[in-house]
Amino acid sequence: MTAIPLNHVLMLACILFAIGFIGVISRKNTLFILMSLEIMLNAVGVAFIGAGSVWQQADGQIMFILILSLAAAEVAIGLALLLRMQRRYQSLDIDKLSELRG
Amino acid sequence: MSLLAWIPFYPLVSFLFLIILGKRLSWRLASALSIGAIALSAISSALMINQLSAADSGIISVKLWSWFSLGSAEVNFSFYLDSLSAVMISVVSGVGLLIHAYAAAYMKNDENFSRFMAYMNLFIVAMLILVLADNLVLLYLGWEGVGLCSFLLIGFWYQEKENVLAARKAFIVTRVGDTAMAIGLFLLFKSLGELNIAAVNESAGALWQIGDELPYWIALLLLGGAVGKSAQLPLQTWLPDAMAGPTPVSALIHAATMVTAGVYLIARMQGVFLLSPEVMSYVARVGALTLLLAGFAALAQTDIKRVLAYSTMSQIGYMMLALGAGAWSAGVFHLMTHAFFKALLFLTAGSVILALHHQQNLLKMGGLLKKLPVESGLFIVGLLCLMALPGTSGFFSKEAIIAALWSSPTAGPILWWGAILGALLTSIYSCRLFFLGFLGASREHNKVHDLHHDQPSVLLRWPLFLLALLSLFGGLISLDFSGVFSSALSLDMAADEPAWLHPLAIATPFIGIAFSWCFFKNYRDNKGAALEVKDTAFNRFCGDGLGFDWLYRYLLVRPYCLLANINRRDIVDQLIMLNGWYVRLWHDALSASQNGSLRWYAAGIGLAIVFLAGVITL
Repeated sequence: MTAIPLNHVLMLACILFAIGFIGVISRKNTLFILMSLEIMLNAVGVAFIGAGSVWQQADGQIMFILILSLAAAEVAIGLALLLRMQRRYQSLDIDKLSELRG
Repeated sequence: MSLLAWIPFYPLVSFLFLIILGKRLSWRLASALSIGAIALSAISSALMINQLSAADSGIISVKLWSWFSLGSAEVNFSFYLDSLSAVMISVVSGVGLLIHAYAAAYMKNDENFSRFMAYMNLFIVAMLILVLADNLVLLYLGWEGVGLCSFLLIGFWYQEKENVLAARKAFIVTRVGDTAMAIGLFLLFKSLGELNIAAVNESAGALWQIGDELPYWIALLLLGGAVGKSAQLPLQTWLPDAMAGPTPVSALIHAATMVTAGVYLIARMQGVFLLSPEVMSYVARVGALTLLLAGFAALAQTDIKRVLAYSTMSQIGYMMLALGAGAWSAGVFHLMTHAFFKALLFLTAGSVILALHHQQNLLKMGGLLKKLPVESGLFIVGLLCLMALPGTSGFFSKEAIIAALWSSPTAGPILWWGAILGALLTSIYSCRLFFLGFLGASREHNKVHDLHHDQPSVLLRWPLFLLALLSLFGGLISLDFSGVFSSALSLDMAADEPAWLHPLAIATPFIGIAFSWCFFKNYRDNKGAALEVKDTAFNRFCGDGLGFDWLYRYLLVRPYCLLANINRRDIVDQLIMLNGWYVRLWHDALSASQNGSLRWYAAGIGLAIVFLAGVITL
């Protein structure tokens, strides 16, 4: 098994992160925003695992497990909020929520 | 402390009481307070004048406190009494007392009575400070103080727009003169380093020669101030309009005291004026022109108070003429006698106006001699003095002025003829006023209001009788100014005086009376038919005060308003507003970014992170 160079891993993480970020700012549907957030979290996870395998340490994988559990918790709350939102506004458009004026 | 310092103090205390307690004071209490304060001042003045005659130096001065210091010079709050200021304080407090007493009765039914009396008292304070000041800064304080009181009292009935406009006009026009005077004072201080009047008069003579440039400018600027305050050409337009105030105000401020402040200033600054014969002759010419102008204007007036206002202007013209000709004591003497008889005329006119339910139009009067015999008699006394018939006080003072003119190096025969013509005009307009108002039959059959029904007759009558006595016999008071005025200017007794000078001067009023007797026959024999002033060019021109208001409106007021209109959005203001505009720009930009959109915020955070990462790595 040839080792995958760290550069490639980091590049993949960056691309994933950017895709996620662009999804967050360009999507209107809150469900897709949540999914984009997941992609960003996973991008970070990829970077951790890559780094852990380079240094031969378990820390990276532990961090990824932490991130996964955090993502699960976040999705649980996020989906609950989505349900409330759908009840209230009959839509998942995030811009409908911009009621707070500066 | 010397009694001198207390003289302006009593009215000041009374002013404070009246202005603070205001309407809570009853009429009785308010009038007792204000009249009592002036009476105390008058008594103190009399005592001080008595002391003055006993003093060896002819001067009494008292220093209250040091006001401030200007470089090496110290400006004190101190009073100075010599025979010139003695005359002034006796006129201000004496005539002021009589007018206050009258005013208390005249204004009795006004709801703002105590405010009125408060302003009158404040005026007396300011006027006393003006005439007692020992330095020019304190004099200027009084000078502005009387201007303020004049403004307040002209606009006393402020609900009517006309009065407010008149007050504003008086304030602004006199301010023009005051600015000139302030510049003159700065110039004086810069060149002499001294503002004490006695010291200025002394060191000016030591420092400068006659005809130097600096005293010329200083004297000219001081003359500017005097011209504004004394309603002389070219700043005379405010005085006729000032008659919008209550009649006692016209008597006190616009006839007897404040308008003579300019005369006092010139007499006081004699040392500077004597150094500039040119300005002296300007003073004389200004006086002569004003007395002729006012005489002509008085010929065509229909408002009784405006006739008297123009006549005041012309009498002050005589005083200026006297000062310019170097007849200092004659000028001040005329100031005093004029205060007596003009106060009498104004107050009597006030009684007439009150009796006729505030009718001031001469054309609608007529036949008052039968209806109001006492007031008519008093008015006749005043007019006789104004016309300077032999034996009255006006005769002594005016003849003294006219006698000094012919041979004076700064006046001369032309101005003498001007003064004679002025005297002729005086007697003509006086007769016209008398014929229109008092002879013939009543034209508007308005019922004469009983003066003594609700006004206390003691206050409404007795001041008039006392003033009439003073007007008749005031000429016998001998004033000794030898200590104050140096009799310089006797360069060379230029022209010889022809023998017919004095007889002609004495005969002039009689000529005027004879002329008016024939010329104003229809006024005299009027059987009650309505009168109208003929709408001739001459009448219109004179009635408008010889078109000065018109001239100033087109020359000054209109262009100024035009400029103001153009510069409506003040350019300087715009520069300052640039600050505000800049702040507002940022405000708008930042508040636009706070739009409540979550995605926008997320993008902002992301961009900021990219930006910061870029800054850190590069």
